[in-house]
Amino acid sequence: MGSKLPIFPEQASTLAPDVDHLALFLLVVAAFFTVLIFTAIFYFAIRYRRRSDRELPHVQHGGMALEIVWSVIPFGITMVMFGWGASLYYKESRPPDNAIPIYVVAKQWMWKIEHMEGQREINELHVPLGRAVKLTMTSEDVIHSFFVPAFRTKQDVVPGKYSTLWFQSTKPGKYHLFCAEYCGNRHSGMIGWIYVMEPQDYQNWLSGGAPAASLSEGGEKLFTSLACANCHKADGTGRCPSLVGLFGKTVQLADGNKVVADEAYIRESILQPAAQVVAGYQPVMPTFQGLVTEDGVLQLVEYIKSLGETPEDKTRASGTLGERH
Amino acid sequence: MASEAHAPAESLALREQFETEAQQKDASTLGMWIFLITEVMFFGGLFLAYMVYRRLYPDIFAIASSSLNVYIGAANTVVLLCSSLTMVLAVRAAQLGRTRAIVLFLVLTLLLGGVFLGVKAYEWNEKFVEHHIPGPSFHFEGLGPDQQGHAQLFFSLYFAMTGLHALHMVIGAGLLAMLIWQARRGRFTAEYMTPVDLIGLYWHFVDIIWIFLFPLLYLIDRHLKQP
Amino acid sequence: MITAAVQEREHYLNQSYGLKSWLLTKDHKRIGLLYLFTITLFFFVGGAFATMIRVELLTPGGNFVSSDTYNKLFTMHGVAMIFFFLIPSIPASLGNFFLPMMIGARDLAFPRINLLSWYLLVVGGLFALFAMLAGGVDTGWTFYTPYSTTYSNSWVIATAIGIFIAGFSSILTGLNFIVTVHRMRAPGMTWMRMPLFVWSTYATSLIQVLGTPVLAVTIILLFCERFFHIGIFDPKLGGDPVLFQHMFWFYSHPAVYIMVLPAMGIISEVVSVFSRKPVFGYRVVAYASMAIAVLGFLVWGHHLFVATQSVYAGLVFSFLSYFVAIPSAIKVFNWTATLYKGSISFATPMLYAFGFIGLFTIGGLTGLFLAALGFDVHVTDTYFVVAHFHYIMVGGTIMAYLAGLHYWWPKMTGRMYPEAWARLSALVIFLGFNLTFFPQFILGYLGMPRRYHVYPDEFQVLHVLSTAGASVLAAGYLMPMIYFVWSLRYGQVAGSNPWGAAGLEWQTASPPPVHNFDEMPVVTHEAYDYASVIGEEIQVG
Repeated sequence: MGSKLPIFPEQASTLAPDVDHLALFLLVVAAFFTVLIFTAIFYFAIRYRRRSDRELPHVQHGGMALEIVWSVIPFGITMVMFGWGASLYYKESRPPDNAIPIYVVAKQWMWKIEHMEGQREINELHVPLGRAVKLTMTSEDVIHSFFVPAFRTKQDVVPGKYSTLWFQSTKPGKYHLFCAEYCGNRHSGMIGWIYVMEPQDYQNWLSGGAPAASLSEGGEKLFTSLACANCHKADGTGRCPSLVGLFGKTVQLADGNKVVADEAYIRESILQPAAQVVAGYQPVMPTFQGLVTEDGVLQLVEYIKSLGETPEDKTRASGTLGERH
Repeated sequence: MASEAHAPAESLALREQFETEAQQKDASTLGMWIFLITEVMFFGGLFLAYMVYRRLYPDIFAIASSSLNVYIGAANTVVLLCSSLTMVLAVRAAQLGRTRAIVLFLVLTLLLGGVFLGVKAYEWNEKFVEHHIPGPSFHFEGLGPDQQGHAQLFFSLYFAMTGLHALHMVIGAGLLAMLIWQARRGRFTAEYMTPVDLIGLYWHFVDIIWIFLFPLLYLIDRHLKQP
Repeated sequence: MITAAVQEREHYLNQSYGLKSWLLTKDHKRIGLLYLFTITLFFFVGGAFATMIRVELLTPGGNFVSSDTYNKLFTMHGVAMIFFFLIPSIPASLGNFFLPMMIGARDLAFPRINLLSWYLLVVGGLFALFAMLAGGVDTGWTFYTPYSTTYSNSWVIATAIGIFIAGFSSILTGLNFIVTVHRMRAPGMTWMRMPLFVWSTYATSLIQVLGTPVLAVTIILLFCERFFHIGIFDPKLGGDPVLFQHMFWFYSHPAVYIMVLPAMGIISEVVSVFSRKPVFGYRVVAYASMAIAVLGFLVWGHHLFVATQSVYAGLVFSFLSYFVAIPSAIKVFNWTATLYKGSISFATPMLYAFGFIGLFTIGGLTGLFLAALGFDVHVTDTYFVVAHFHYIMVGGTIMAYLAGLHYWWPKMTGRMYPEAWARLSALVIFLGFNLTFFPQFILGYLGMPRRYHVYPDEFQVLHVLSTAGASVLAAGYLMPMIYFVWSLRYGQVAGSNPWGAAGLEWQTASPPPVHNFDEMPVVTHEAYDYASVIGEEIQVG
């Protein structure tokens, strides 16, 4: 068991011991004040119990000094709690640059996992031990939440947008995956397992099974079948901007704003193209809402990422600060 | 307790929980102000939703807003402002104890309110004809299929906000009718005109809501558009 | 056992008889009792659902009810308990009864609006009951979109209408109380002489008046979305489902302070009377109530830490959440300090007050846990949160409510409840409560999510403990139901001031006359001036 106390779940990620340490601190502080108050009440109640009906205690209206002391000290303690919790949260919001991207599409009532290499899993996620993994998630219907107690991490999965969650596993094994946002009838059945495997085992698992097209290959097929290439010519001579090297670049929009072309930008460009038009181009792109599923969108995203990419391009757009997607 | 010889006994009804008429009037006035504050929070929720979505889709909101008839909206604004004027004159008349003037100005206020509602009905009908009412038959000409949803959002907020406002106007009209009826029976004097005062407050509040609604809904980016 | 003296004297209960005299009453005391009756009914409804939930959770599999039914059970438990029991409870029953008396007024500022408030609660409740009986609602009491607007096949709209109407009941009560406190205090009753229960209720009223309208508008938008598919919370039409969460929690977080502030007010009264000392730091406690009301509006985002809210927003809301904890902590310290060198009586109200202070401390401290961002990510949407809010609302509010009921029972009814049975119930409730909810903290940290019908085997032991506790707790709640009713006929007759308390309500007969006081009081003492009371004859119950 990785955890020291039987009331803590297993620790299987780099984050887990940090969260448990914070929990322990909070527990100690809470226990201290609980015991303090309980003891004070118990002691005062007995020591000062009423001995005669006509007793009239001496009146103390209050003392500013005491009030200040027991405001300032608790405030100081809470600020420590705040800082500690905030620093963990901040860390959780910034996946490392070398995190393996994996995609999750949630729907009532299952988790669909898609590896870049093409492996698809339902309600199971295999990951290699010791590597950071970044999940990019969306929902096809209602709000769900991806929760792995052993990793101490959780993130809501919301329809219409991408949210991300990252972790780095530290122990091989199998860990609960729960849906943590009530989503209807089989909410408590929307559970699964995270399998953390030794790197070699993971490689074997990846290459085992029927050879599936990688996400990017699937995206390429869609790119052709949906006739994207008619306008988005690679050499930039089409009616629409070339997508080569797009991912991670800063794009100048027609309304004067600039955005970074990350996964969410690409998704929106496919489903709501008129929302952010590139400067110098007309808003002629039709929407593909209804013509492509969220799975398909993920494949297209991966394909576009792969066009003219350099490693720097790929990582620059991940984990933009300020947006805990 | 009726202390003025000319005031009918029923016009000063001191409720038994109060000690003096002054206390009663104070309490009623404070009560109405607090009620109006709750109304601010009520409309505020809608204003918040409006602000969020306008920030998200500024261009579409501007286009959708331009399909509203700004001249009619402006005219309606003038109508409501005039109705607030006649309401204030009614309150003034009550303070002076001039029953006929009270009735006259309340009736004018009611009429102007009616004009406002009538014009609103006309506007809504226009929206209906143009298929701008949110629902299965919504369609905004000139926008692509992926932008229809955002345009529909604008109109949903438009109807929610103007609809809630119109509902408050209808309630206000009912209150005015009741006031007119009571005024005609001589209920209000210089010593007791609290209901006129308080309903006046309510009417002004409903007017102020419209003063916010009009620019937010009708005037988005108008200064950028060709006349 | 009714003495001749009580039988002859006219008071608010015997002044008129018959259904009409109750249903058309303008007397705040009768309206308080009407509310007492209504909320107790809803407590039973919510409690029945809780019982079924805990029975189902005895086993990991779904043996007792179907998933669909279970989802409806926890939803309706939440709706009944929050909107139709906890939010109205203390303000509308005890507040209605005692606020005017405590400030020396004959009634509230607007008695007819007070009666209207009760009718609104009843009508709203009927809508909710209809929804429950017609098939139930399964969205969770939080109604998150798009599930509630687009996917749920249950009686969402009927329930939402019921809550909407009940909301107006709450707004009007708050409005009434604010005007009453501002304009109807007896001569000499300055703000700083008001009992702390009045301060707390006043602060609560501010929240009711400012927060509830936002819930009302949120429900209207929910209704429009579900009925007309306008797209405001629907991502497929460009709407944002998380906007619903912001709007919902903007009310629902302050709502928890509506539920706990009046409870704190009762504790201030009880701790003072049964220590026979003024509350330590009166001014600080009064201002703390106001601070809680204001700060409570600034922290709603702590319900959205993992909801795709931005990191920056998370930081701000976490920081502010720690601020709002401080005034509550100050109150706990002040109550404890009140005991120091007091004259402590162990009458039942005081036992409940002790229970409140202890359990509210635990509940409040676990709130600090949840405000810590890194910790919250792990435990949000788990049983840890469930345990936290039950410690505050049940271990806190309900215990304070029982403290208040016992404390003011002799004044309301002219009868004492049986002290031995009451103390026993308090103990049973305290033990049952802790056994029910403490294991849930552990369950939550271990990873057991909320709103789960079935669960992995390893969580069963803790669930069994929790259900065992719930049966004890249920037994504990039944006992006062029985002996309170018993006391109406057989309880010892109470005098006007059995506790030796110093408030204005104790200077009039038990039960009080229709207009509260035979002569309107003029206040010359500070609050909690026991020296002036102790000189008179005290009947200890």
